[in-house]
Amino acid sequence: MTYAIQAEGLAKRYGETRALDGVDLEVPRGRLLGVLGPNGAGKTTAVRVLATLLRPDGGRARVGGYDVVRQAHQVRSLIGLTGQYAAVDETLTGVENLVMIGRLLEMPRAEARRRAAELLARFNLTEAGGRAAKTYSGGMRRRLDLAASLVGRPQLLFLDEPTTGLDPRSRADLWAVVRGLRDDGVTVLLTTQYLEEADQLADDIVVFDHGKVIASGTSDELKATTGAQVLEVRPLLPSHLDVVASVVGDVLGAAPEVAGGLVSGSVRDPALVPSIVRRLDDLGVVAAELSLRKSSLDEVFLALTGHRAEESESAGDRPGDGPGSRAGAHDDTRNGTARKREVAI
Amino acid sequence: MTAISPAAPGVTVSARPGVAATMRHTATLAWRSLVQIKHNPMELLDLSVQPIMFLLLFTYVFGGAIAGSTGDYLQFSLPGLIAQNMLFASLTTAIGLNTDITKGVFDRLRSLPIARSAPLTGRIVADTLKQVWAFALFLGLGMVLGFRVHTGVFGVIGALALLLAFALAMSWPAVLIGLTAENQEKVQIMAFSLMMPITFTSNAFVPTATMPSWLQKWAEINPVSHLADAVRGLLSGGPVASSATVSLLWAAGLAVVFAPLSIRAFRNRT
Repeated sequence: MTYAIQAEGLAKRYGETRALDGVDLEVPRGRLLGVLGPNGAGKTTAVRVLATLLRPDGGRARVGGYDVVRQAHQVRSLIGLTGQYAAVDETLTGVENLVMIGRLLEMPRAEARRRAAELLARFNLTEAGGRAAKTYSGGMRRRLDLAASLVGRPQLLFLDEPTTGLDPRSRADLWAVVRGLRDDGVTVLLTTQYLEEADQLADDIVVFDHGKVIASGTSDELKATTGAQVLEVRPLLPSHLDVVASVVGDVLGAAPEVAGGLVSGSVRDPALVPSIVRRLDDLGVVAAELSLRKSSLDEVFLALTGHRAEESESAGDRPGDGPGSRAGAHDDTRNGTARKREVAI
Repeated sequence: MTAISPAAPGVTVSARPGVAATMRHTATLAWRSLVQIKHNPMELLDLSVQPIMFLLLFTYVFGGAIAGSTGDYLQFSLPGLIAQNMLFASLTTAIGLNTDITKGVFDRLRSLPIARSAPLTGRIVADTLKQVWAFALFLGLGMVLGFRVHTGVFGVIGALALLLAFALAMSWPAVLIGLTAENQEKVQIMAFSLMMPITFTSNAFVPTATMPSWLQKWAEINPVSHLADAVRGLLSGGPVASSATVSLLWAAGLAVVFAPLSIRAFRNRT
């Protein structure tokens, strides 16, 4: 198998904080890797190292077969990068932004114009192409930013939290574009704190926490590693919640979660489910809803890290923000304002 | 680890850009800084509102009191105002660079296979052209108000060349400020609190004779004094050699001190 991205033991420190603490990554050509993790986990630092913007303190990485430190220029000619926020020149029009990139990539003027028009059409920006980017909505800027990273037809695309702060509709649009790129054979590395996003888009997922890869695999494999499916029971009568909770807890051997009229517990052995049903029946409890489903990535994350995805943020545990780490502050402060509290989906 | 894939067939992976490519990248990025004027022609005036205001205020408010007549004062102060404006304008490089960094445009440019220096040189080329514009505007407006060039076209070209040389040297500290300041507001505060005292404690606006002696001593060293004197000489006639030499020495000194610091700050970002 050939790899588009290979990283071994990548390390980057900011003062006492290890933004990257020995990260290994392998992305086969043409696959979409989702890098999942909470704010400050080191996702952005990893992207910045792989995109040649940041020199690692330790380890090495190859992108498209070229070393990101010694052959940075070659790496740059293969990659496209879209950051956490739209890196477009707001004073230029959509067309000018794209023509500028095309010209920098040594396209003749006419070709740069043609390519700009093509991308604007693809991203539904043709009408807005003649307006300054500062008049664009957030979703439009993001699309323009993505278009800018595609001008040079990159083999490899880094998308660093491309949908952070977007409304659901713009997010769905962007997902469709990303799927299209993958279908075109582009290798994509996408970071996200939205668990659903990784689930929806990624062929493979790695989970980052505190600068380390703490799990990797396909979405299904990850869900399976926690060993658990989730049983959910909603009694018809809210007064039966306690009874249901004690039965479920009794059979599964661990206290279930009770929230919103719903009792849910991890099931390692699906054979136990009928006995729960029987005992509830004996007690005359009617279940309005009873289901067995795979764990969500959120639950996987909780199982892997011991904390929920959104918790680390309030805990102030953000390696990128260490003192004196100006470059590190890029890691996650920028989206601090744009991010919405909708991490756990 | 298994085999590492080379680049896909049919893809040309360029080597480092040569001199010609570097110049093309610089030109493209200079174009990028200038083309916005096309959409927002007011920007050209924005650049000039403050200098024009200074020109009018100084000439008509202080002129009579300082020099006895507004006409005499204008002949004295215009070169000083031109020098002051050049210094302030040199910090637009810092503001532009800082904006690129905070908006992420700088990272986008650095992720492209272009000459590493182009994001800096492109901006500096564009800002230099803006300096030429500001000079022309000042001189033109000054002449409308009664300023007279007594030397001729070579004097004007000489004054412009000297100012641009100084502005280019100033772009090194400007780059350093742009790279290290947290945001655009900080750049502006820094620029204002540094440039105002330096430009005002010179002979740019008033002869230094009435200043306290300690301030006179500083005003004699102040590069703005020498620059203003040199521009006066080149536009109105009079001795130029000494003041121009000291100005150029100051410019060289700024470059020698700040170029390595700026380059280091630039490299540290990679």
